[in-house]
Amino acid sequence: MAVYTPAVQRLIDELGKLPGIGPKSAQRIAFYLLRAERVDVLRLADAIRSAKEHVSFCQRCWNVAEGPECEICADPRREAGTICVVEEPRDVVAVERTGSFHGRYHVLQGAISPIAGIGPAQLKVKELLERLQPEAVEEVILCTNPNYEGEATAMYLARQLHERGVRVTRIASGLPVGGDLEYADELTLGRALEGRRPVEG
Amino acid sequence: MGLYRARGVVVRTYRLGEADRIVHLVTDARGKVRAVAKGVRRTKSRFGARLEPGSHVSLLCWEGRELDVVNQAEVLDSFRGLREDLERMRAAAVMLEAADLLSQERHEDPDAYRMLVGALRTLEAGGSALVAPAFLWKLLAADGVAPALETCASCGSTGPLVAFDPVDAGVRCRACRRGIPVSAEALALLRAFGSGGLGAALAGEAQPAWGEVERLATQAMEAHLERRLRSVHVLDG
Repeated sequence: MAVYTPAVQRLIDELGKLPGIGPKSAQRIAFYLLRAERVDVLRLADAIRSAKEHVSFCQRCWNVAEGPECEICADPRREAGTICVVEEPRDVVAVERTGSFHGRYHVLQGAISPIAGIGPAQLKVKELLERLQPEAVEEVILCTNPNYEGEATAMYLARQLHERGVRVTRIASGLPVGGDLEYADELTLGRALEGRRPVEG
Repeated sequence: MGLYRARGVVVRTYRLGEADRIVHLVTDARGKVRAVAKGVRRTKSRFGARLEPGSHVSLLCWEGRELDVVNQAEVLDSFRGLREDLERMRAAAVMLEAADLLSQERHEDPDAYRMLVGALRTLEAGGSALVAPAFLWKLLAADGVAPALETCASCGSTGPLVAFDPVDAGVRCRACRRGIPVSAEALALLRAFGSGGLGAALAGEAQPAWGEVERLATQAMEAHLERRLRSVHVLDG
């Protein structure tokens, strides 16, 4: 049986370990890389190496950072006293793109999942609670996903935070802008109706 | 292969790829169904919150070789109350996890489906902390492994029964005691689960024996499954 040379096989094996990449996709990417310009491939290799060597987690908020603190925590213009709690570093980017939030973040590194056995101990919950006093936090915005795991996380955090006398808010749930009402599910539409706002005439 | 309709409760979901999820459902006509819900994680997904754990839905699915594909889903009960209270969410998660682990694919079991829907409705309507243990106990009975509660599992004595042995699935007398100590009150509640007294037990006032019953039902189910129920302890720490 014909086999690839060891270097090619090693590349295919490594690519095949990436999420969502099966053996066939790994082969296709490996041969694309082998055919691509040397300089382009080395730039990719260098980007991976550099990211792995220089990127760690912010000591304060657990967002990705190139140093002890992320850019947001290190920025003195950000409002102290308000923390937006998200599940993943990708969610920080999503909230930042809105341009509507000027406080700091806290990344939990996941969400409580009763069925998968992920509890608060596996998340950065203790680290969040430890930030409240030294940073004089007045409001915590629970910006976890509006799904089963995110709701469980938000409810758990709300209970913990209320005990510590902090104002706790939850992002609104409702219809996506540009969507059709007839396709909205009952739960989402119900919450959208509950969260209705007066319209200025 | 082809389209089919079913009613079911979503008992578990996994992320799949960029925006999809695999959903496990306990259905009326097909036992456990594992199906892909494409694009369900996008904010503009037509499924919205319909395929979240605990949702009771009417489905149109395409039968696949390994996994089916959800074409349409309509909500029968969204069980919103179970998503907005941490204690009830935990109780529901225990029931969903046990139902997921005990049900089998392509093995019709309408009773398990009806029991799950009934238990979720009771919990939603303000049911007590006894709903989840009662559901676990009835699941064991439906599987034919309800622990024997009338006589000692070792010597057959009807004398004072003081311990519960989850491995032997039965109670034990003072002479043969092994396992977990059990009070007379907890034993009476467990007997009520299997003898038509469930309604009265659920409607009763909260009492210390409830916590004991919850531990016993959990251990009996874990012994039967030969694994731990993760959702029981997840919010403890």
